[in-house]
Amino acid sequence: MNTVNTTITSEVGQPEEAVVPISDEKPAETVIEEGKTVGKPFADDPKFKLRDVDVFYGDTRAIKKISLDIGRNEVIAFIGPSGCGKSTFLRCLNRMNDSIDICSVKGSLHLDDHDIYDPKRDVVELRARVGMVFQKPNPFPKSIYDNVAYGPRIHGLANRKSDLDEIVENSLRKAGLWEEVKDRLDANATGMSGGQQQRLCIARAIAVSPEVVLMDEPCSALDPIATAKVEELIAELSESYTIVIVTHSMQQAARVSHRTAYFHLGHLVEVNETNKVFTSPEHELTESYITGRFG
Amino acid sequence: MPTKKDDVYGDHISHKFNDELMELKTEFLKMGGMVEAQVENAIQALVDGDGHLADEIRANDKKVDKMEVEIDEEATLIIARRQPTARDLRLVISVIKMVADLERVGDEAKKIAKLAIKLQEEGQAPRGYVEVRHIGTHVLSMLHDALDAFARLDSEQALRIMKEDKRVDEEYQAAARTLLTFMMEDTRNISRCMSVMWVLRALERVGDHACNIAENVIFMVKGEDVRHTPVEEAEKVVGR
Repeated sequence: MNTVNTTITSEVGQPEEAVVPISDEKPAETVIEEGKTVGKPFADDPKFKLRDVDVFYGDTRAIKKISLDIGRNEVIAFIGPSGCGKSTFLRCLNRMNDSIDICSVKGSLHLDDHDIYDPKRDVVELRARVGMVFQKPNPFPKSIYDNVAYGPRIHGLANRKSDLDEIVENSLRKAGLWEEVKDRLDANATGMSGGQQQRLCIARAIAVSPEVVLMDEPCSALDPIATAKVEELIAELSESYTIVIVTHSMQQAARVSHRTAYFHLGHLVEVNETNKVFTSPEHELTESYITGRFG
Repeated sequence: MPTKKDDVYGDHISHKFNDELMELKTEFLKMGGMVEAQVENAIQALVDGDGHLADEIRANDKKVDKMEVEIDEEATLIIARRQPTARDLRLVISVIKMVADLERVGDEAKKIAKLAIKLQEEGQAPRGYVEVRHIGTHVLSMLHDALDAFARLDSEQALRIMKEDKRVDEEYQAAARTLLTFMMEDTRNISRCMSVMWVLRALERVGDHACNIAENVIFMVKGEDVRHTPVEEAEKVVGR
């Protein structure tokens, strides 16, 4: 038998074993075509119109030619493995990247047909329109009342104390926090629980009546109950605001968002209705990520 | 445990998850094999007038029922523990539905076994057994192919089964007409022919269940629901 085998192998020109591992390997990594996003990245009458966006950190290209529309009153979730660029892209939407010296943004980014990166643009006004909630709750070391009143004060949104009181109460109500804190508005915000602090930050963000709320992993530091409350809040807020949420929890994206955008190595691979993404995604990479095959 | 690396359900980061999905698939196929044997034996028991075999089938149906419950439980646990998505989710959901189909096929086999005992006790000349054999062979091959399509995730084969179902319906109609002529020839044949008619009906239902399984295989592979749609529609989905 051995002899026969040897003869066959030598005729073929290479040992049989060399063939087996190759055919057993996973298919070669799916090639991503730059600037090509499958699914439905565009919308009619979008709030944000983003075209061919590139972001560089020094020489490193972190975002590669991404084009996307974000609709009005839409909740869109950005998902993808760590370092895929989802947070970087989110931060372009209210120019949070400006504070990073080596970061430069190219392409066209418009909010309601106005160029976000217009050099003459007032960034403070932009950030009032496009609020942000961060991963870690970051209340100011001030009273609960002052945390919420801070924005309206500096933007001159209230002339009288009674107006300011009303804004604070409304914001806290919208954030589902009013009943829990109405009797201790003067207490220091740092004494609240993590979940309460995060909802306070959301109340602070919406106190200046923004049009868009950006959320960068808003629940990753919260327990399941606090997470559920924030998610409930997102559903309610979506009636009046556009919400963009970056999340590492795929179940969270599946629960709260209308559309889901999948980022991979700086590319926007797929954007589709959330229901579609989680039942039958179009792109192989999206499928692999959401089913836990890599990430 | 078959954990072939290139299996589409076997390449998660979590090996435990791989094992759970593989186990679900394996158990489903095991149940499929069991049910297939039940139908095959039921036809055999009828044609041979083998009462012992018929009794055996009735006893085995309990095992089939037990497997249905176990697989459902396994699938439920996967949903609770893993929150599967995309193709994993489609596998789990499809298995839950297809298991119900298999269980019903098991019931049809049991029904045939009961009729086999009845017909044997009545002990008259066989009528319509050619038709039973013919349709039986046909639906058994459909069931076998449906399980095979599931094992290999072959949506094209699943589509072929969907097409076969129409032919089974035609064969059933033709067989029913033949039995009708026997009944018209001699009214003493009626009771017996009615029993055979029930057997044919049961076999036709087996074909329907094989077809349901095939539709689920297409859903698993293509992510689109082709139930209650014309075959042409399913053809388009499979062609994509």
